[in-house]
Amino acid sequence: MREWMRSHRFMMARRLTQLGILGLFIAANSYGFMLLSGNLSASLVLKKLPLADPFALLQMFSAGALLGVDVLLGGALILLFYIVVGGRAFCSWVCPLNMVTDAANWTRRVFFLEKTIEKKLWLGRTVRYWVLALTLILSFITGVAAFEMVSPIGILSRGIIFGMGLSVAPILCIYLFDLFAVKNGWCGHICPLGGFYSLVGKLSLIRVKHDHTKCTLCMKCKEICPEKQVLGIISKRSGAIDSGECTNCGRCVEVCESDALSFGVRNYINTNVGEKE
Amino acid sequence: METTDKIAITPRRKFLALMAQSGGLMALGGMVWTGYLEEAKSAPLILRPPAAVLEVDFMRLCIKCGQCVTACPYHTLSLAKPGDTKPLGTPFYIPREVPCYMCTDIPCVPVCPSGALDVKSVSKITEGVQELDITKARMGLAVVDVESCIAFWGIQCDACYRACPIMDSAIKLEYKRNERTGKHAYLTPIVNSLTCTGCGLCERACVTEKAAIHVLPLDIAKGAIGSHYIKGWEQGDEKRLEKAGGDVTTHTKRSEKSATDYLNTNEEMFK
Repeated sequence: MREWMRSHRFMMARRLTQLGILGLFIAANSYGFMLLSGNLSASLVLKKLPLADPFALLQMFSAGALLGVDVLLGGALILLFYIVVGGRAFCSWVCPLNMVTDAANWTRRVFFLEKTIEKKLWLGRTVRYWVLALTLILSFITGVAAFEMVSPIGILSRGIIFGMGLSVAPILCIYLFDLFAVKNGWCGHICPLGGFYSLVGKLSLIRVKHDHTKCTLCMKCKEICPEKQVLGIISKRSGAIDSGECTNCGRCVEVCESDALSFGVRNYINTNVGEKE
Repeated sequence: METTDKIAITPRRKFLALMAQSGGLMALGGMVWTGYLEEAKSAPLILRPPAAVLEVDFMRLCIKCGQCVTACPYHTLSLAKPGDTKPLGTPFYIPREVPCYMCTDIPCVPVCPSGALDVKSVSKITEGVQELDITKARMGLAVVDVESCIAFWGIQCDACYRACPIMDSAIKLEYKRNERTGKHAYLTPIVNSLTCTGCGLCERACVTEKAAIHVLPLDIAKGAIGSHYIKGWEQGDEKRLEKAGGDVTTHTKRSEKSATDYLNTNEEMFK
C-alpha cells in the first residue's frame, strides 16, 4: 500500500487539485460558497480577484471583441502564472478532461490495446499547433471564439458545474477516440489549448529534472509518459526536461524506482546542459 | 522509361509534401468547422440575460463563465448544453419555465467579466449618481396571439396583465363592448413595446395550454417601418426623411430612359 501511495503521490495530488477546483465551482454555483465562482473560462476568487482563460481571450480578441478590464486582468494573471511557474501544468493539474483521457489511457493499458490493436490512424504531435492556428483564423472569420464553441474541456467543466445533460456524449467521444483511435489522441495531439500552453510554458521554472548517473535504463518513465517525445534526454545526459509539451504531471517521477527523476526549479544561470554530469 | 525511380525523395520534397498535406487538411478541417460555427452561432429565438449587448457582439464577448447564472437567485438563466440547440455555453432563459423576476439590484449583470452584459444599458443617472434600473432592460418583447388568447374570446382573464411587473404600462387592458352578448366587455391585453422588458412573467402566468402571450427577441418581434411613411400629425416626424438615402425608384426596361427619349426613338415600333 505504501508502495502504491508513493508511486501515485503526484497522481493523487493532481486528482485532488482537479476535483477541488471543480468542487469549489460547484459550491459557488449550487450553495453560494463564493470562494471560487464561475468556471475554467473565467472566474472570481473571493468575489474580488478575476481569473480568465488567456486562450479564450486570444480567440475573442481575434474574433474582434473589445474586452472588459476584468477578464484582461484575469487572463494576464493566469498567463503570467503559467509563463513563470507552471508550464503546461494546466493540462494535468487543472483540466477536468485530463481525468477522462487518463482513464482511456489506463483502459488501454489494462486491455493491452497497445500490443493487440494495430495502429491504423497516424496523427502527428504538431497537429495541435495547426489546430491552434486554425482556431485563431476561424475566430477571425466567423466572429466567435472558435474553439470555445466546440471545446470538450468547456463542455465537461460546464457540465460538471452547471448540469451535465447531453454533455456526456462528446466526452464519451473523446474517451473512445483516445481508447481506440490514437493513444493520447486528444491531449497529446489535437487539443489547441494544450498547444497554447506548450508555447506559453516553454520557459517556465518548474521542471522535471533527470539525473543521468542514477538512471538504470528501465524505461518505465517513457512507458508512462503521455508526451514521451519530451523525455529525449533520458539515459543520455542529465538536465531538465525543457520541452514546453511536458505537462508536469509527474508520472515519470513517481514510477522511477531509481530516483533518477525529480521535480525541481530550472537552473538558468549555469544552463541546463552539463548539470551533474 | 521508369520515371518513378528517378524521383529522389529529398528532405526538401518531404517538407513540401508535408506542408501541402497539412495545409490541405487545415482547409478541410477549417471548412467543416466554419460550417458548424456558422450554424451554431445563429440562434434567432434565444433570449439573453438583461443588459446583453447586440447578439453579434454578445457572441464575441460572452466567455461562457456562467457567473451570471450563478448570480441569478431564481435559477432563471442556464448555460446552453449540447442538446439545447443553442450556441454552446452561452446563457439564456426560457420564460415559460423560469421567467426573469426583474431584481432591482440585477445581480446577474455586474458580475459579467467580459462586457457581454453591459451595466450602462440598465442604469439611469439620477442626480449625478449611476443607479441600476431593471425597467431599462430589453431582453425581448411579449407578443399576444389574438387567436388563442381567451380574453379576445370575451372570457375575462387578466392573468398576464396582473403578472406584469410594470402593470398598466407594459401591458394595458383595452376595454371594448362585446356586441355578441350586448352586456359584457372585452378586456384585451395590449403590449407596449416601449416599456416591455421581455421578462416573461406574463408568458409564465398565461392560463392557456401553450402560452398565448410569449416573449420573442426584439429583432424578431418588431417590424421596421422604413423612412417613407411619415406621421404628419406628429411634430418633427418628417425629420426621419433626412436619414433616407435619396428617392426610391423602380427601374423597368422602359423607365430607364426619360419619357421623351423613349417616345422619340422608334426603334421598337418598327421591329
